[in-house]
Amino acid sequence: MLDCTPKEIKERSGGMINPAKTCQPIGAMYAALGIHNCMPHSHGSQGCCSYHRMHLTRHFRDPVMATTSSFTEGASVFGGGANLKTSIKNVFAIYNPDIMAVHTTCLSETIGDDIPSLIKSAEIPEGKLVIHANTPSYQGSHITGFSNMTKGMVSYLSEATTDVKKEQVNIIPGFVNPGDMREIKKMAQMMGAKFIMFPDTSGVLDSPMTGQFNMYPRGGARVEAIRDAGNSKLTLALGTYASADAAIQLERKCRVPSLTLKTPIGVKATDEFLMTLRQAFAREIPGELEEERGQLVDIMVDTHYHFYGKRVAIFGDPDIIIALTEFVTGLGMKPVYVLTGTPGGTIGGPQDIFEKEIKSILEQAGVQGKAKASGDLFQLHQWIKNEPVDLLMGNTYGKYIARAEDIPFVRVGFPILDRSVQTYLPITGYRGAMRLLEMISNALLDRVDRDAADEDFELVM
Amino acid sequence: MKAAEPAGIIVEERSDFIRTKGRQKQQLKCDADSIAGCVSQRACVYCGARVVLNPVTDAIHLVHGPIGCSSYTWDIRGSLSSSADLYRFSFSTDLKEHDVIFGGEKKLARAIDELVQKYPSKLVFVYSTCIVGVIGDDLEAVCKAAAQRHGIEVIPVQSSGFIGNKSAGYRAACDALLRLLRPPEGKGLAKTRSINYLGDFNLAGEVWIIKNYLKEMGVEVNVAFTGDSNYTSLKKAARASLNIVQCAGSMYYLAEKMEELYGIPHMNISFLGLEDTSASLRKIAAAFGDAAIMSKTEELIARETARVKDAIQWYRRKMEGKKAAIYVGGGFKAISLIKQFREIGIDVVMIGTQTGRQEEYDTITDLVDDGTVILDDANPSELEKFMTEKGAHLLVGGVKERPLAYKLGMAFIDHNHDRKHPLSGFVGAVNFAGEVYSTLCSPVWNYI
Repeated sequence: MLDCTPKEIKERSGGMINPAKTCQPIGAMYAALGIHNCMPHSHGSQGCCSYHRMHLTRHFRDPVMATTSSFTEGASVFGGGANLKTSIKNVFAIYNPDIMAVHTTCLSETIGDDIPSLIKSAEIPEGKLVIHANTPSYQGSHITGFSNMTKGMVSYLSEATTDVKKEQVNIIPGFVNPGDMREIKKMAQMMGAKFIMFPDTSGVLDSPMTGQFNMYPRGGARVEAIRDAGNSKLTLALGTYASADAAIQLERKCRVPSLTLKTPIGVKATDEFLMTLRQAFAREIPGELEEERGQLVDIMVDTHYHFYGKRVAIFGDPDIIIALTEFVTGLGMKPVYVLTGTPGGTIGGPQDIFEKEIKSILEQAGVQGKAKASGDLFQLHQWIKNEPVDLLMGNTYGKYIARAEDIPFVRVGFPILDRSVQTYLPITGYRGAMRLLEMISNALLDRVDRDAADEDFELVM
Repeated sequence: MKAAEPAGIIVEERSDFIRTKGRQKQQLKCDADSIAGCVSQRACVYCGARVVLNPVTDAIHLVHGPIGCSSYTWDIRGSLSSSADLYRFSFSTDLKEHDVIFGGEKKLARAIDELVQKYPSKLVFVYSTCIVGVIGDDLEAVCKAAAQRHGIEVIPVQSSGFIGNKSAGYRAACDALLRLLRPPEGKGLAKTRSINYLGDFNLAGEVWIIKNYLKEMGVEVNVAFTGDSNYTSLKKAARASLNIVQCAGSMYYLAEKMEELYGIPHMNISFLGLEDTSASLRKIAAAFGDAAIMSKTEELIARETARVKDAIQWYRRKMEGKKAAIYVGGGFKAISLIKQFREIGIDVVMIGTQTGRQEEYDTITDLVDDGTVILDDANPSELEKFMTEKGAHLLVGGVKERPLAYKLGMAFIDHNHDRKHPLSGFVGAVNFAGEVYSTLCSPVWNYI
């Protein structure tokens, strides 16, 4: 059942089978939801908006609000300008957000709508804002879209207004769950650092039950804060693919120096994040964080024999799986296949790092493995069919491979459509690493228990 | 459960699309383009085409466009298969900037070649997406050439997202099906005493339930459109002597065309709820005018009704007086749900659809009580406003409506792709009541 993937590997050039990515606009929509009182707007056919809301709703299990330009045949012939202008008028009249974040689609990009001049000539109520990002679906992936919208926030909103930079740091968390954003903020707070996080979907897509529906939940980065990001003395971009472009834009526009770090998953990447904050603010790492780290390492030592030498396949979004790959090599595991659907970007460009990063992590760990950008799950499945693994880690779509090959499966990344709670809890930071350890060991040991013969079935493991 | 001041009070342009029965005489407006700048719950042409065709189990469903359209529709249909499962894979030409500039025809041809080599399928559907409509790839030509190259059917589906709404997609899918079921020149299919069952997508195995009923009555189902159908069964569609149509929104056009081209008459039926199920089975039996079929039908209805009666009564006692809101895709489902809720003692206080037709809204208006709000192409603010105003305890809807209902502290039923139990026929009526009960009466609401 559901094992339609042949073992024999042949050269392919006609597109994707079982993609490990989706398109830019959904990433832009997710980023825009990380601004407080913001209405994301999809400039294209209404299907795009509907699909993105549906997909995000399934992952977050929370309402996802966004409007659409509802293109018709006329719009695609004469341009979508009238639709966008009407939309801007209607969005503020009906839904009254503080800010509207417009992203494009493959359709509006191809017909060539000039969004900045359309925005300029639109009637925008006083005190309200409209920002935009170009997010053609035929370039990059949902991660690129997230990056572009985050960069758009800087381009439109951030300003350097003080002569001396403030003692505060911008943190761009990347395309991670609200639970991760909370954890990253918690760590920054514990470090005593004043920070601005944007986008920030915590409190938006993990909002509590109150018996009320709020179109704009309490969370999200405040517009004033994003504006003030231009006055910070440092920007930390967590993840090259989702965050670096916005940080570079801040550097260009507001002369805020930036550092690009890994998404803080695992001991090493979390250490780097905290050490960077320590250096920037000349603060000591607080005892609580040292304790968390010590606990994490203690668990790793206690259980290392469960992990050692296990072959693992990892797929998903580049920033997350780069850090994840580093983490699992630290456990003695062998990440033999690491694949993302997101393309590597232009050769030599800032995003042309995925395969290199992974290979360097594998080299340092002495692991022979394959790294692939622009891959699909068909390819990953073929690799696994030819040389099996002990564990698969990735988003929900991995379940087909896990079932066909009967391998334990840990769900991480986006989207997760068949399990819940993961958006509330972190995989970042030391606490997040503990959670990952629990998930990995449960998956591996549940399998050992399931497969053990009676005489090998053990109480203590 | 007090509503926060909703951000979206009804905008003037929307007022024609909303009616309260008994208060306004004027007919509700529907089947129009959505207003730009609304949080529409509607989807696009491609979506409509995809939901209709996707259940064809042994076809290669190739989406010609950038990756998104294929990603979002990967195995979300919930339609079950008794054999092939190729339809659950996601195939995309993954168009890139280069293809947009220079055209995607070559890549499409390569994709078809590579897929046909891997999968011995006799049928490829090639879905056109927004961008394909704009860059002007000649889908017809590429598909025709590929069909000749491989000796199989490669059918283009003209589903560029912007050429209309979901209904236009249903039509594009029906056109694709019509091409598929056209018998070769000069070779008419011999008619059999069987029926086609249109507009059931075998969610949670619903086609199988209905097929079993019909079999017991002595009526053979030729093929279902499109739940658990495949190349071979669809090819024989023209030999049926009657088309029964459930989801009329998606299949009305196909039924009309089949009547015109192959002389197959059609009738609307619905297997949602006890009342509609019994009435529909009788209607089918009467169409055959065969005493044996009619008596077997009565036997089946009597036995199945008796089997579920107590359960339904039990649920009815538990839920009597609760109020429901309905917001679903098409009109047929909305109509059946009103009756089905009535069977379990629940009143419908708000009802709307994404793509209902005028005559369906007329039927809805006839069925509901005075004071019920009826609305077309609603947005979340409107749903919130009327559900709260009318004191609904439960919402029936799809993916995007679920968390909205939950946030309002309201129970919810998925009557769309995400349903987990069959809701058709007699057994489905009990499942439906059970699902309503399990969400309405869950203890979790006590914590809000």
